[in-house]
Amino acid sequence: MAPKLPLKARLEHSENVAGGTAVQDHDAHHSSGPLRWLLTTNHKEIGTLYLIFSLTMFLIGGAMALVIRLELFQPGLQLVRPEFFNQMTTMHGLIMVFGAVMPGFVGLANWMVPLQIGAPDMALPRLNNFSFWLLPVAFLLLLSTLLMPGGGPNFGWTFYAPLSTTYAPPSTTFFILAMHMAGISSILGAINIIATILNLRAPGMRLMDMTLFVWTWLITAFLLIAVMPVLAGVITMMLLDINFGTSFFNAAGGGDPVLFQHLFWFFGHPEVYIMILPAFGIISVIVPAFARKPLFGYASMVYATASIAILSFLVWAHHMFSVGLPLIAELFFMYTTMLIAVPTGVKVFNWIATLFRGSITFETPMLFALAFIVLFTIGGFSGLMLAIAPADFQYHDTYFVVAHFHYVLVPGAVFSIMAAVYYWLPKWTGHYPDECLGRWHFWLSVIGVNLLFFPMHFAGLAGMPRRIPDYALQFADFNMASSIGGFLFGFSQLLFVWVVIKCVRGGVTAPAKAWDGATDLEWSVPSPAPLHTFETPPDLRRVAG
Amino acid sequence: MTPVQRTVTKTLLALVAMVGFTIALVPLYDVFCQVTGLNGRAASQPQAFASGEVDESRYVTVQFITRKGSGLPWRLEALDSQIRVHPGQAYEVDFVFSNYGKSAYRGRAVPSVSPGEASLYLRKVTCFCFQEQRLEAGERVQLPLVFQLSHDLPESVHTVTLAYTLYPVLDRPAASDDETISQGGDA
Repeated sequence: MAPKLPLKARLEHSENVAGGTAVQDHDAHHSSGPLRWLLTTNHKEIGTLYLIFSLTMFLIGGAMALVIRLELFQPGLQLVRPEFFNQMTTMHGLIMVFGAVMPGFVGLANWMVPLQIGAPDMALPRLNNFSFWLLPVAFLLLLSTLLMPGGGPNFGWTFYAPLSTTYAPPSTTFFILAMHMAGISSILGAINIIATILNLRAPGMRLMDMTLFVWTWLITAFLLIAVMPVLAGVITMMLLDINFGTSFFNAAGGGDPVLFQHLFWFFGHPEVYIMILPAFGIISVIVPAFARKPLFGYASMVYATASIAILSFLVWAHHMFSVGLPLIAELFFMYTTMLIAVPTGVKVFNWIATLFRGSITFETPMLFALAFIVLFTIGGFSGLMLAIAPADFQYHDTYFVVAHFHYVLVPGAVFSIMAAVYYWLPKWTGHYPDECLGRWHFWLSVIGVNLLFFPMHFAGLAGMPRRIPDYALQFADFNMASSIGGFLFGFSQLLFVWVVIKCVRGGVTAPAKAWDGATDLEWSVPSPAPLHTFETPPDLRRVAG
Repeated sequence: MTPVQRTVTKTLLALVAMVGFTIALVPLYDVFCQVTGLNGRAASQPQAFASGEVDESRYVTVQFITRKGSGLPWRLEALDSQIRVHPGQAYEVDFVFSNYGKSAYRGRAVPSVSPGEASLYLRKVTCFCFQEQRLEAGERVQLPLVFQLSHDLPESVHTVTLAYTLYPVLDRPAASDDETISQGGDA
């Protein structure tokens, strides 16, 4: 159980920090000028860089999604050639997964983990700078492949061999290099987060005193350490197959394309949880703050997160039910997959139990958090449907799969990042985000996202395959609805950008404790958080007795 | 060492271990497939006959499918597309390779067995698939496959499909092909 920290101690501490002389000293030798952002080692500035990068990638990947939706608005080929359509689906997936969602969570971790554990900065600040600046290079390289002869990657974000080896465009080597760099960035970021959480907690803060956001990120960082090398291995084997004549995935030379799928999904399934565990942490922080109740079942939340992480290594072949697995393997992966619903159900139960009899208010962060709980659960249920091996033969590679993973990633991961941004913007900028615009953004997003993804369930169940630029006439209505929802959701994100800009420039001034029910350590430092916080760690040791 | 350095060292060790594990997965997968028959990977070496009585009471249908990978102007046909066999009995089926291209090519037929579990019980004594073929322009070659389904084939298997896919052998240093161009198979 997480005993809440004594409030008095925190407030005293925040005054110390605000008035401390150490703050001025450090600010004095902080570099200014054009290189400031390039050379910064401050966790808050790097967090901001990550978040800006993530938002940029979100808009670029979103624009690609709109190209897809525009083409699918009506049956027939209207706007783009199929080759370009394939590049759009591939790049949309890669950019959203590796460029938007993952850096978004890393940015939040950079900002909030040191603040929530009472640390002055990340454990390895220079490494932190390096892991951020790898990302813009990686994604510029990835985006530049679109302009190369033969076009960019066009084999889907899962880059199955031999599509991504024997039949791939020449730019695939650049794609591999970009993925390597993004992977190294993730690994370094994960090492940094582990080192920070395990070593820099304020005196007296035990592991079971940490907020759920810190806990989920600790577990996520271990997942990253475990699976990013697998991704690196797979793309290195692709590189060797393409350029050096090996036959890892080439049946003609004695290799096996199915091996690619096993290796990819051994990385890919934990990767899915890498994109959702920090979201669980965010929701577990926001829901108690606006229900004005401590989180129900703190310890069970921690254990559920750890169980999900461990189970994620035992379910990879549920992506491959239709490649011809033996019956025993189909059964094993079906049951392990369904088992994951248990800890996930524990989490959803705990959130609802936290809400139960709380004095709830519905500010924008809470709206996003509540929408997360409902819509993520819908995505979880369609995941359970897909886990049924005999039924999956019908769903496999249809729009039902697209609907499922977009429900867990968009109103799941993306909504949680938006909830976090609305929740912590007062701490970052010292101003509340515009509540009215925030609500507009929320309602347009939630309507748009459901109009966009819900009809995909029906199109998929009726048999519409994914990754096609043209489709049979009976899917026309579903697709038109999806496209309208897509544009509604897409353009309402411009409102989000405007809310953030407006909040940075001004707004209602926020106090140190910006939300009534917020109790974590970050709310003890002033808003906006000064560049250096917790130079003297807050002492959370309980008085003896 | 500071505590941070200790943590970083441990995570780096875990990282190296995972890299090693990833590399080890490739041979482990091969071993796993051989043991379980996963993916219907048929043996690439000639096998001896399994002695044992022929199960006259039981019939199993064996189907032969051939297909062609891109980049090779060849045709591969099984003279019998389907035969009924007794487990334990040896059979010979002839396949015809023809090159309708304008020049000589080297190619290889890569086998796959389905259901995968049957690959453990399919014993090939002679097969063109154990080595690569070279066909002159317009050449036509008839090559045998001698095989046996061992008598302990699970009762649940009624049909075994043997698929051959033709792939071109590219003129690069055939380092990775060394083990597959083996002796045996008198084709």
